[in-house]
Amino acid sequence: MNTTADQPVIEVADLYRTFGKRAVINHLSLEIYRGETLVIMGGSGCGKSTLLRHIIGVMKPTSGSIKIFGEETTAMNERELTGIRRRFGMLFQSGALLASLTVGENVALPLIEHTKLTPDEIEQVVKDKLEIVGLKGFERMKPAEISGGMKKRVGLARALALDPELLFSDEPTSGLDPIMTAVVDRLTLDLTRKRGMTAVVVTHDMTSAFRIATRMIMLGRGSIIAQGTPDEIRNCDNPEVQQFINGEADGPVPLNISQDEDHPHIAPRPLVTARGRFHNKTP
Amino acid sequence: MKNYLQLNLSLLYWVFIAPFKGQFFKLSPIIRQMVFIGVRAVPMVALTALTIGITLAMQSARSLQQLGAEIYVPNLVTVALLREMGPVLIAVIVIGRSGSAVAAELGTMKVSEEIEALEVMAINPVRFLIVPRFLAMLVMLPALIILGNYVGIFGGWLVCWLALDFNVAGFILGALESSDLWDLYSGVVKSVVFAWLVITIACNAGMHVEGGAEGVGQATTKSVVHGLLAMLVSNALLTVLFFFGR
Ligand SMILES: Nc1ncnc2c1ncn2[C@@H]1O[C@H](COP(=O)(O)OP(=O)(O)OP(=O)(O)O)[C@@H](O)[C@H]1O
Ligand SMILES: [Mg+2]
Repeated sequence: MNTTADQPVIEVADLYRTFGKRAVINHLSLEIYRGETLVIMGGSGCGKSTLLRHIIGVMKPTSGSIKIFGEETTAMNERELTGIRRRFGMLFQSGALLASLTVGENVALPLIEHTKLTPDEIEQVVKDKLEIVGLKGFERMKPAEISGGMKKRVGLARALALDPELLFSDEPTSGLDPIMTAVVDRLTLDLTRKRGMTAVVVTHDMTSAFRIATRMIMLGRGSIIAQGTPDEIRNCDNPEVQQFINGEADGPVPLNISQDEDHPHIAPRPLVTARGRFHNKTP
Repeated sequence: MKNYLQLNLSLLYWVFIAPFKGQFFKLSPIIRQMVFIGVRAVPMVALTALTIGITLAMQSARSLQQLGAEIYVPNLVTVALLREMGPVLIAVIVIGRSGSAVAAELGTMKVSEEIEALEVMAINPVRFLIVPRFLAMLVMLPALIILGNYVGIFGGWLVCWLALDFNVAGFILGALESSDLWDLYSGVVKSVVFAWLVITIACNAGMHVEGGAEGVGQATTKSVVHGLLAMLVSNALLTVLFFFGR
């Protein structure tokens, strides 16, 4: 249970995961230390969300090991995972708010379930958490009534409700305006610097990435292409990394991840299948 | 099938074992589900039961008239309703209305990552989402069926009163004379079994949706079709057990 400063908070070793025949995570190893803000970058569909899903234990790897707070999670059952999950927060790419509850109830949910606070205290915590993400007074709205960026921030408030030691954010700033992005970035910085929280952030937003990262990882085709401090990444001579951080259309990063080799029976003649599907009733 | 058995096992754990370990379930979500599954179904159930009562009475009146035995109409209506028609047809309504809604709701939660989010917050989805629906169904379906029995018998009485010149006392006497308490109990036992099957099938279909909106649609259909089949087969088995084996 006890993690000393030099022992990694998260230790991923030789993680391997396939969907069908395609390896989405290909023998990936990484370590994350206390107080770090690790930014994970990489093209769309390269497996960033999938990597997070494995680390938080909602997906099981084909092979490989994952240790959180020094404990192996891949072989744990639901009940054993519960203990570890209370110690981290996760912001999903889609927000993943419970649609049947109000914004306030969503943020209150972990507090109601896992603490013995009184309703008044919970209400106060909810108010505080919503305020730090800039959503004061939105407690009574339903998730369907707020914008995409607001959902993200409610998801962040919920992830922070229990003051976790470890925060996973899947694209916390996508869909936010530049000012809100800066607010959320400052929040992450505050939490990691002042409270010693460890953050793992997936993002496509390079400004935000360089602002918060203490270390960066670039993923491609399921494994790590480059890693290092923000300065090392900025000056890295890998052309894929340069293309990515400068946002250029031409370069070595493949535009389309082809699935042909893996699914020869699906790929050919898509239009014919489509026509058969939609027009077979015409005379 | 493996998923279904697993779901039942964890449901049993959360309903019967966890409360003794100090993890009680909360009342307010159960009540919310009872309103949704049960109370809102009352008009439909009442209308169904009324029409069944009326048609049963009309059909039996015609046949019995040929034997000069209209006097037995109340008996026939009551027995048929309590033993078979009430439980089965009201379960059909509840499957179509509440079972499908539960499957669609849970399926939507599954595809929008809500169930994953619950797991990550260390909240067990079975305890949080399924237990309230399960308990609500287990209370409300039998309650609806008892209500349906009354309404159906009332429908039978309407026919007897308007068309066959029964008086109220005659009808009630006939109804009481033909049915013993066991008829009522067997219907209630059936309804508890139906409730269990309907809600677990619907929850299982919803929790294991794959893909997007299309998957939710398929799960909804599956919950209705499998729910109906399971209900009808178990009804036949229970009828054998209750009325044929004795
Ligand atoms: N449940 C699944 N079944 C099959 N394939 C999947 C599944 N989940 C993810 N994948 C595949 O894994 C790959 C990586 O997906 P993932 O969601 O991790 O991408 P990502 O890096 O988060 O992309 P984005 O930046 O767009 O969010 C995709 O090619 C996707 O097709
Ligand atoms: Mg993603």
